[in-house]
Amino acid sequence: MPPLKWWKWITIPLMVYVVYMGLMGKVPRLPILNETVRNLYFHVPMWFGMIFLFGASVWFSIQYLRTGNIEHDVKAASYVDIGIVFGILGLLTGMLWAKFTWGEYWSNDPKQNASAIGMMIYFGYLLLRGSLSSDRDKARISSVYSIFAFAILIPLIYVLPRFTDSLHPGNGGNPGFNPYDQARYMRPVFYPAVLGWTLTGFWIGDLIIRYKLIVKNRIENG
Amino acid sequence: MGKDFIKRFSYGLVVSLIFSLVSKAQGGEIEMADQMRANGKIYVVLITVLIVLVGLFLFLVFLERKISKLEK
Repeated sequence: MPPLKWWKWITIPLMVYVVYMGLMGKVPRLPILNETVRNLYFHVPMWFGMIFLFGASVWFSIQYLRTGNIEHDVKAASYVDIGIVFGILGLLTGMLWAKFTWGEYWSNDPKQNASAIGMMIYFGYLLLRGSLSSDRDKARISSVYSIFAFAILIPLIYVLPRFTDSLHPGNGGNPGFNPYDQARYMRPVFYPAVLGWTLTGFWIGDLIIRYKLIVKNRIENG
Repeated sequence: MGKDFIKRFSYGLVVSLIFSLVSKAQGGEIEMADQMRANGKIYVVLITVLIVLVGLFLFLVFLERKISKLEK
């Protein structure tokens, strides 16, 4: 066993707890949602995880711009990589859930559309990095891009859908977290789920960063 | 007396039927995966997901080991 950082040790039992309670725990009996209400523990944390990972990317982008240390840029880029994976999983699981509750995989729901646009913006980040050959240019320009992308993503996902009619809870007059509000007993599973999935994302991100740094060192040292 | 009994019986039947329908509409009618829980098959799903999850984390630990070695 390699020595694991403390938060990685927490992640494993946390995720086992989330899966166990996610499948076996008490959930409210609600029309339309039925048993799919359990997706709250598996679909929604994808988006929370993505936001935290993109947020980490912003943090390290700022650190890069302040210090010019290329390691910060490697971190910023790696957290976007794994954040995009979480976003794609969020879109796919959302589409599946939508098919069986709203009737269509894609019903042009404002939040669905906004999330898709948000993903496009982050695909732009990957394209931008891929199109620049100088490491310094890549780091400087994509750091600025990451900050602006995040500044657009937050209103896109969390603010704008609330102004229009959306099928998502918490939007367009739908009360936030309704119908989960009455089911407070879901919270001791939901919050650990958000934490557990986020930590899983950061774990994978950590591995990507360390791998990239090894490759970088090898190239620099021949 | 026979007719009276049938009348009463059918009346009682209709009333109890309506009652059971109303009570179902209020509470138990929403479908959940109760059957899976009743016959225990949900545990098969639970254990399957847990195996996948633990397997993935074991793989992460394996990668962790390889990367720590490379770092040295």
